Amino acid sequence: MIEKSATQMAAALQSGELTSVELTKAHLARIDEVDDKVKAFLHVDKEGALKQAENVDARRKAGEKLSPLAGVPLALKDVMVQKGIPTTCGSKMLEGWRPPYDSTVVARLKSAGIIILGKTNMDEFAMGSSTENSACFPTHNPWDLTRIPGGSGGGSSAALAAFEAPLAIGTDTGGSIRQPAAVTGTVGVKPTYGGVSRYGLVAFSSSLDQAGPCARNVLDAAYLHEVIGGYDPLDSTSINAPLPPLVQAAKNASVTGMKIGVIKELQGEGYQAGVLKRFNEGLEELAKLGAEIVEVSCPNFEYALAAYYLIAPSECSSNLARFDAMRYGIRTGEGSAEEVMNATRELGFGKEVKRRIILGTYALSSGYYDAYYGSAQKVRTLISRDFEQAFTKADVLVSPTAPTTAFKIGEKSNDPIAMYLNDIATIPTNLAGVCGISIPSGLAEEDGLPAGFQIMAGAMKDDLLYQVGAALEAALLSKWGAPILSGAPKLGAK
Amino acid sequence: MSKITRADVANLARLARIEMTEDELDHLSSELSVILDAVARVQEVAGKDVPPTSHPLPMTNVFREDENRPSLTPDEALSGAPAKEEQRFKVPKILGEE
Repeated sequence: MIEKSATQMAAALQSGELTSVELTKAHLARIDEVDDKVKAFLHVDKEGALKQAENVDARRKAGEKLSPLAGVPLALKDVMVQKGIPTTCGSKMLEGWRPPYDSTVVARLKSAGIIILGKTNMDEFAMGSSTENSACFPTHNPWDLTRIPGGSGGGSSAALAAFEAPLAIGTDTGGSIRQPAAVTGTVGVKPTYGGVSRYGLVAFSSSLDQAGPCARNVLDAAYLHEVIGGYDPLDSTSINAPLPPLVQAAKNASVTGMKIGVIKELQGEGYQAGVLKRFNEGLEELAKLGAEIVEVSCPNFEYALAAYYLIAPSECSSNLARFDAMRYGIRTGEGSAEEVMNATRELGFGKEVKRRIILGTYALSSGYYDAYYGSAQKVRTLISRDFEQAFTKADVLVSPTAPTTAFKIGEKSNDPIAMYLNDIATIPTNLAGVCGISIPSGLAEEDGLPAGFQIMAGAMKDDLLYQVGAALEAALLSKWGAPILSGAPKLGAK
Repeated sequence: MSKITRADVANLARLARIEMTEDELDHLSSELSVILDAVARVQEVAGKDVPPTSHPLPMTNVFREDENRPSLTPDEALSGAPAKEEQRFKVPKILGEE
């Protein structure tokens, strides 16, 4: 049962073939069985999950009309606050903190009857591409335990790939949902900026951060997106307009007559041959389904990475000033408030977080502001213009999600620039606020590891991601004969 | 080549309120020089005629009605405080001696 899709699990719950308590227990047992190897979870809320499941079962028994995913378990990235449940963001800074309120995403999951199993591991404050920057421990890729599961949301992607949960929540500032999905053979969506509330999401880079759904297939992601998405008055950057119909788009998986734009700049040098091969096969499938494939050029995308590594650190240096040892989190040191702050932030923040705070402080300091932060903001304009141009030529844009498959744990941890290059294809969408999805494109020949196919659409056109994603997914599935994860190692045999 | 000195990093760390070990200062000054060289590329295309974008949504002044709504109780708000006293956050001395 745990290997089924969330939609199939929901159907079994609705027909009475299965209870949510049984389903939840099966996932908790799976976590017990494999998580000492995968290390996807930072905290498992057994008691709370079972209580939620009992509640859903009782409501169903009483004949209440429940939402489509009611009773299905989910793994929550530890950057999202949940009342009374430890929320650390993978940082020592928040050790022991239990938030006094629910984020909007959590409130919506709860009211939809979705069972929150626990909190998943991540790079500290979502800064990283490998989950190695977690202050707790690295998470391991279920396809090969010596490799990274992507980041920053590596705990969520690994939990899905290891069948510890059928659904998960991630957040994507520069690719932290899509790149982990790509390297674990799962599906991840970065919604349009403002499409899912940021209320109760611990801020890293506020103009880029976006929460979104993670799943093992496109339709499941669409259902989850409809639960968490939509206007929230508690987030002043939330878009006050209805979500496009996402589930319907995933079910109406057709690309006939659509124009699919291949971004010239997001391939070639730096991209692994096997990743490109699977990407091109995906294009062939889309062409066979009746889409027209066109090439588009986004000449300013080559500056996206540089702009991102100025904008995100600048915003983080400001956002993380809240960790001041006064209102929540750890406190250490003696003397004045300033001395206590200095000592606490030295102890509480890890290497990458400090590196970015210092970089951001530099980029924002007087004398350098125009040259660095100001120039990066201009590049952001140029990238948005590139997208606008490209969307006049194509309905959706496509690229490989990440340039390579999962690398070895430790391989890039001493080379920040090499690590940053992982996000080269995912960052432009965050800078422009448009949306993107990663779906599995197959296994790269040279290493047998999953690669991702990225589809991007304009702001508030998230439905196109699901429509094209579901069409490509169905075509690849019939070619493979089985879901990609059926080829992953069985971790269960103790 | 941007040259970030150890003293520069020490000053930035002071501004960012992070105490740093000698080792960290050494590491960061060399790393930061490399990273800044890489990101300085943005200057190649950031012409005077290009307006900056600070935010992807064209939104300004989002208002709400000024009315009471449920909020945290004092106990809830203080629940994560490292130290508290009489329903307040208890903090170390902020101002120096007169």
